[in-house]
Amino acid sequence: MRLIRRIGDWFDARLQLAAPIRETMAHPIPRDTASWAYVFGSAAMTAFGLQLVTGILLALIYAPSAGEAWNSLQILNHQISLGWFVRALHGWGSNFMVAIVLIHMVQVFLFGAYKFPRELTWMLGIFLLLMTLGMAFTGQVLRFDEDAYWGLGLGASIVSRVPVLGPALVSLMMGGPIIGGATLSRFFALHVFVIPGLLMLFVALHVLMVLKLGINEWPMPGRLVRRADYRQKYHALTQTDGVPFMPYGIWKDAVFSGVILLAIAACALHFGPFGPSGQPDPRVIQTAPRPDFFFLWLYALLSLLPPQLETPVLLIGPVIALIVLLGLPFFAGEGEKHWKRRPIAVLSILLTAVVLGTFTNLASHTPWSPVMDASTAAAIPPAFLAKRAPIEIQGALIFESKQCHNCHSLGDIGGKRGPALDAVAVRLTEDQLVRQVLQGGGNMPAYGKNLNPAETTALVAFLETLHPGRQAPARDASLRSDVQP
Amino acid sequence: MTVDGGLSRRQMLLKTAMAFNGVVGVLLAVPIVRYILSPVTKVRKPGYDSWVSLGPIDRFPPGETRLATYRHPDAQALDGETADIACWVRHTEGEHFQVFAINCAHLGCPVRWFPQSSLFMCPCHGGAYYADGSRASGPPERGLFEYRFRILDEKLQIEAGATPTPGSSPASASLVNISGSNMTKRPPCA
Repeated sequence: MRLIRRIGDWFDARLQLAAPIRETMAHPIPRDTASWAYVFGSAAMTAFGLQLVTGILLALIYAPSAGEAWNSLQILNHQISLGWFVRALHGWGSNFMVAIVLIHMVQVFLFGAYKFPRELTWMLGIFLLLMTLGMAFTGQVLRFDEDAYWGLGLGASIVSRVPVLGPALVSLMMGGPIIGGATLSRFFALHVFVIPGLLMLFVALHVLMVLKLGINEWPMPGRLVRRADYRQKYHALTQTDGVPFMPYGIWKDAVFSGVILLAIAACALHFGPFGPSGQPDPRVIQTAPRPDFFFLWLYALLSLLPPQLETPVLLIGPVIALIVLLGLPFFAGEGEKHWKRRPIAVLSILLTAVVLGTFTNLASHTPWSPVMDASTAAAIPPAFLAKRAPIEIQGALIFESKQCHNCHSLGDIGGKRGPALDAVAVRLTEDQLVRQVLQGGGNMPAYGKNLNPAETTALVAFLETLHPGRQAPARDASLRSDVQP
Repeated sequence: MTVDGGLSRRQMLLKTAMAFNGVVGVLLAVPIVRYILSPVTKVRKPGYDSWVSLGPIDRFPPGETRLATYRHPDAQALDGETADIACWVRHTEGEHFQVFAINCAHLGCPVRWFPQSSLFMCPCHGGAYYADGSRASGPPERGLFEYRFRILDEKLQIEAGATPTPGSSPASASLVNISGSNMTKRPPCA
């Protein structure tokens, strides 16, 4: 023991770090903040640490080359002992890190932690969120499979819409005229050097400011923040009702970080690594590219926006969101911190959560995409075919062979792009059906050039049978029903 | 030795040193920035604008639309299979062809051809195009991108350029030719 102490003293005589570390650990924090609500920041840092370690481990094998990357992922998954597990840890660690950063952000927002004097801490936090999402996106690119390839094309298409600079930015992003070797290499540089370097710097500043300014006190309704006297009041609080950070606060951080690491490991073990899916071969077009979980809401948004609004929303929306988030501490830097006295703050969190949740949920069904194989793989339920005349059966065949089923469902089978046709004859008369099929409209292609009169007649005859139960078929109100023409 | 309101010798030396480093910094920055911007500014290699063959024209029967692939003329050794690009060839009749980029004009996903309904459909966000590449429905604001083509020695050739993106050509035109290096208005089928 004496020897260890002497070695320690030898180092500290030169480093002189022991005293400041001891001081930091013992600094008083308000008693209420030694709480389970305050563990998310440290947990995000733990997840980041895991990403650094597993990232370095993956880099031992991974080949950042467009021709080799996919093969090196296969080697990691199948040939290197426990390579699959390290990949799974990195993939699940990424999901957990994004989720924890978001929870951390919601917590500090609801606790009013962004108010004076912690404005800069909040702003750095916004950049940390952006970098975390940047890591998630570039990481998805490094898993260089077909989703990554077409995802890059999607990114390029969005970037290309920037006025004037668009095409130049696309070339800069792709590193050449096509998505290829240079593209993957530059995303590798971003994912492995640029963003992690910035992340570490920003995390250090973020934590430094938490230590310098003190952790946000537990908000009390009616205890208002004022620039004039906040610092004195906070200091008084830590003196009258303070406890040392170590061990009062830190043991909960340590327990929660351990739980998070265990949860990541459990998910990695149980669910395994993400992909890679098919090879990044642009000749293989039988693919339906989808982004990773945390970008699904964006995927849904891009499908549901009216076309003419898409570019403005894509280009201006993020700028407005960033200005609002960065500006928040300046227009709400004082006053009430408690969530019970900040209904707009609570509602905006709920609204954001509901919107993102709904979009994410929609994106897991993709009702806007045609079901590409419905015309060959999805059957028309027998109930729609029983007791039908030959011409109506022929119409049902045309319904399948002309890919109507890709966009329209019958009995909940088939595409959801267009309306379900289970009861279409209740809504549309024969004439209206013919017009809709031939001329299209309302986002439906026109089939006039592609159906001969006999096919149209048969198809509409089938569609006219689609009025379930006792619902009467639609009729032209301008024609009197009691007088047969 | 400080003169009131003046500059001491040491401060003068420090400022000179900083100015010197500023000059060195600029000297280094010029090649670095040029390196970074090379994908935008680089002079196209000879061969970049070259015509690529999609194979003999009898591979594309009249009245049909078929998938063709080509190796991008600017492919590097690192590109692997990502430089093998697919496109749709529509042979209307005689020497009339249309060669469409595989990329949807919305966000670049690969469109698929459905001969029965004569539609191109996109699996991502539901864009659909008619046989001639014009927009039928969905989020795209324009028709499919089209390659310039010519027929030489009974082979169909196209001018392969950069991957088309919605911002690289005016959205107002329904069909816009992809060109190799810039948007010069040369007539198709030179």
